[in-house]
Amino acid sequence: MLDGEPCNILENEYVKPGKGQAFNRVKIRKLVSGKVLEKTFRSGESVEGADVMDTELSYLYNDGEFWHFMNNETFEQVAADEKALGDTVKWLVENDLFTITLWNGTPIVVTPQNFVELEITETDPGLKGDTAGTGGKPATLATGAVVRVPLFIQTGEVIKVDTRSGEYVSRASK
Amino acid sequence: MKNSRCQIAETPVWQMQITPTNLRLRAQLLARIRAFFTNKNVTEVDVPVLSHNGVTDPYLDNFVTQLTLGQTSTSLYLQTSPEYAMKRMLASGSGCIYYLGKAFRHEGAGRQHNPEFTMLEWYRIGFDDRALMHEIDELLMDVLSVASAEYLSYHAAFLHYVDLDINTASHDELITALAMDFHYDIQQASRDHVLQLLFNIHIEPKIGKERPCFIIDFPASQAALAKISSADPRYAHRFEVYFKGIELANGYWELTDAQEQSRRFAADNVIREAEGAVQVVPDPRLIAALTHGLPECAGVALGVDRLFMLAENLDSIEDTLAFPLPRA
Repeated sequence: MLDGEPCNILENEYVKPGKGQAFNRVKIRKLVSGKVLEKTFRSGESVEGADVMDTELSYLYNDGEFWHFMNNETFEQVAADEKALGDTVKWLVENDLFTITLWNGTPIVVTPQNFVELEITETDPGLKGDTAGTGGKPATLATGAVVRVPLFIQTGEVIKVDTRSGEYVSRASK
Repeated sequence: MKNSRCQIAETPVWQMQITPTNLRLRAQLLARIRAFFTNKNVTEVDVPVLSHNGVTDPYLDNFVTQLTLGQTSTSLYLQTSPEYAMKRMLASGSGCIYYLGKAFRHEGAGRQHNPEFTMLEWYRIGFDDRALMHEIDELLMDVLSVASAEYLSYHAAFLHYVDLDINTASHDELITALAMDFHYDIQQASRDHVLQLLFNIHIEPKIGKERPCFIIDFPASQAALAKISSADPRYAHRFEVYFKGIELANGYWELTDAQEQSRRFAADNVIREAEGAVQVVPDPRLIAALTHGLPECAGVALGVDRLFMLAENLDSIEDTLAFPLPRA
């Protein structure tokens, strides 16, 4: 917990000069605001632990204000707001699994799987025979996300996308 | 740097971490160090690793253990360096000596830290800090095959890399130059703590990249066991050696004044009190030796595991050890 927000430790470097006080340089991501910051701690300093847990839930529907997810085993449902969803909104497919980070039972972050397979709803017809894919072209996916794809990819095809970088990986395997 | 860490981390914990090739190279490095001192007629000595007293240094902690025999129990301290024992030898008439063996520090493990490590420490009678640095340079050129070291004063390093004069800069100016966020109240920190942070973060990564760099003339407030300069009492005859981001050695033109040493030990305990650390009884045997008379000498302590990291371009101290802490 830092400034009233649960945080994730991204990096933690222990520094101990031969003659001098030890300290830790810590890179932190605030889970609610998403801000990444670097802070220096005195070694051995303690910080309040955050009551945070990750669960795997499948996406159900959006009621206009909240996005509803369900635990496939217990059928328990959780509603996430726009802030928790953030950019993940462009990868939402019904019944797909998402990682929901709960803080005191409230969803604060919704993370998609690293790879998703989505259908292309719109892209310019590429030039036939151009398989080098230099530069590529924009393609709109079923969820509304726009990614750059090679020129040979056509509307209606299903492609695999890396959600962390938002980049095209390959044609879908199915 | 070779990134051998990932593959080795996968080996079972009973297996040694160092590669068989590096195990042999490490032995060769130790043999080379011993040959260096044999050629100079410096005698290898052994010191007790378990001793009746610990160190007062505010930021060093001993491992403490108990010797219990029947109803009586005695605290024994694992030594953070062989310094006190070696100075007692010098005062007893040992002549020039070196120690190559284990030292222990009660602190965390990290990329450059293992609580148990190999230290090379040596003392040269009649040398001042300059003469000793010359000898260290010779050793480093021999074992690391590097160019002769460069020298930079603590004061000049701050002027050059932080653009501040440590003798005139205000506490606020020093803190501003840190350009860092703190989870604790840095305004309340001592001037030396702020200087050390500035040094670690803004200077250390920029010095000694091509060849070892001696940082000389530390501020008198960080003299530790070094003489204060008689030419300019703002500085002490203390130096450190940096190479490729690694703090390799720390040395002094040794303080021989028993009263001054006692005052510094007492001052350490004042800092310990303020920091909420335990009080440490200054080693009376060391003070007695200094009172009897320590010959004029210079001494240095050098981390041998780190030296091996540099020699073989290893990324972590764990790769220099058969069984670093997680496997010990």
